[in-house]
Amino acid sequence: MFDSLWNEINRNLIAEDRWLYLLKGLGVTLQISFFAIILGSIIGVVIAFMKMSNTKVFGCRIFDKIASIYVTIIRGTPLVTQLLIIYFVIFASVDIDKVIVAIIAFGLNSGAYVSEIIRAGILAVDKGQMEAGRSLGFNYAKTMIYIIMPQAIKNIIPTLANEFIVLIKETAIVGYIALEDLTKVGDVIRSRTYSALVPLVTVAIVYLLVTGLLAKIFALIERRLRIGDTR
Amino acid sequence: MIHVNNLKKEFPNLIAVNDVSITINKGDKVVIVGPSGSGKSTFLRCLNLLEAPTSGEIKFEGQVITDPKTNINAVRLKMGMVFQQFNLFPHLTVRKNITLVPVKLKLQTQKEADETADKLLKRVGLFEKADSYPGQLSGGQKQRIAIVRALATNPDVMLFDEPTSALDPEMVGEVLNVMKELAADGMTMVVVTHEMGFAREVGTRVLFMDEGKIIEDAPPEEFFANPKSPRLKDFLSKVL
Repeated sequence: MFDSLWNEINRNLIAEDRWLYLLKGLGVTLQISFFAIILGSIIGVVIAFMKMSNTKVFGCRIFDKIASIYVTIIRGTPLVTQLLIIYFVIFASVDIDKVIVAIIAFGLNSGAYVSEIIRAGILAVDKGQMEAGRSLGFNYAKTMIYIIMPQAIKNIIPTLANEFIVLIKETAIVGYIALEDLTKVGDVIRSRTYSALVPLVTVAIVYLLVTGLLAKIFALIERRLRIGDTR
Repeated sequence: MIHVNNLKKEFPNLIAVNDVSITINKGDKVVIVGPSGSGKSTFLRCLNLLEAPTSGEIKFEGQVITDPKTNINAVRLKMGMVFQQFNLFPHLTVRKNITLVPVKLKLQTQKEADETADKLLKRVGLFEKADSYPGQLSGGQKQRIAIVRALATNPDVMLFDEPTSALDPEMVGEVLNVMKELAADGMTMVVVTHEMGFAREVGTRVLFMDEGKIIEDAPPEEFFANPKSPRLKDFLSKVL
């Protein structure tokens, strides 16, 4: 039995340097994930503050409105559909690297969720903290930077880790625009070797290792942030 | 020092402060009492614009602070405020709580601010807590730190919003003592409280508020011995 398993591994991972092919797929997955996380975080911060802004144009909280529409659309439609629209509609006549298309799609999508995570984290800080900061002579921005955000970040980090792990796993759909990421590569190997177990389980294990590592890093950050916290 | 003219604060379905005018002079210790919902906290919070008044004017040291052109942040440096819920910053040590604002606003270097903080902490007997976090302190200690924090920018007036209402009874005394010392040093104070003993002992003026209006404004002896309005008589008969 072990002989046949070894045989399978050999055929699916080692023959024809298939492990290199898998590694390339992992590279694509990591590349998309990494830059989408960065893009998503930036969009998330901007949208979160837009949602909390009180600036009025023509008596209407215009930034809040725009941000709300954005979050509604992104949250209310499937990610695959968004990816397809961005690739086949928005960039239809543009010659652009598919990896960049994927980064934009996942960044835009993640940004909506990140913004809600950030907003919830800020709103969870007691409103007395803002009042105390303002009463001492800080303006809104300084109170945010020195008093609210350091506390909000402790609420944000654990949920954010979750969002990033979800994002990494969801990049598995880029096969829809013919990108050869980890999942796609595993599937290609399966179709060549006519054996499913080894390539697909290997792919799953690699995802598990990546997301596990990310969870570990976030757990460390979380612990660092909790120093001095005796609430 | 503070001139309030026709101050009004409306909330949806509620007029919290209704056309209040009062002058508070340097060195006054104004104690505001009244039933809950009488608008006394809202009035106090209007004085440093934590609540934006609906209408009316507030002048502080000759400056109209209700004017939108006034830099309210600069004004607030001169008006210390102490809250019922302390509102210490839980992510910072006691010393950092006190020095954060003066240092970040570049009013003092970290070293100068630390020295000021240590001096003030010694005054309230909490110097040994300088490196503790707020979560490690009792309520009374927290409130004394909050007072010190408000004093760090050397304000000309101190506003107290029910400073002892969230405290266990045995801790009320230590906070009131700090406030009494502050009063003895000549600090101008506006205090919203339910502590009638404090009003009688420390106040130079006691105000009675009800339904958003100041009904009575008198020195404590007269206020307690000789109340004029029937509503104050009724209130005093319940709380004394």
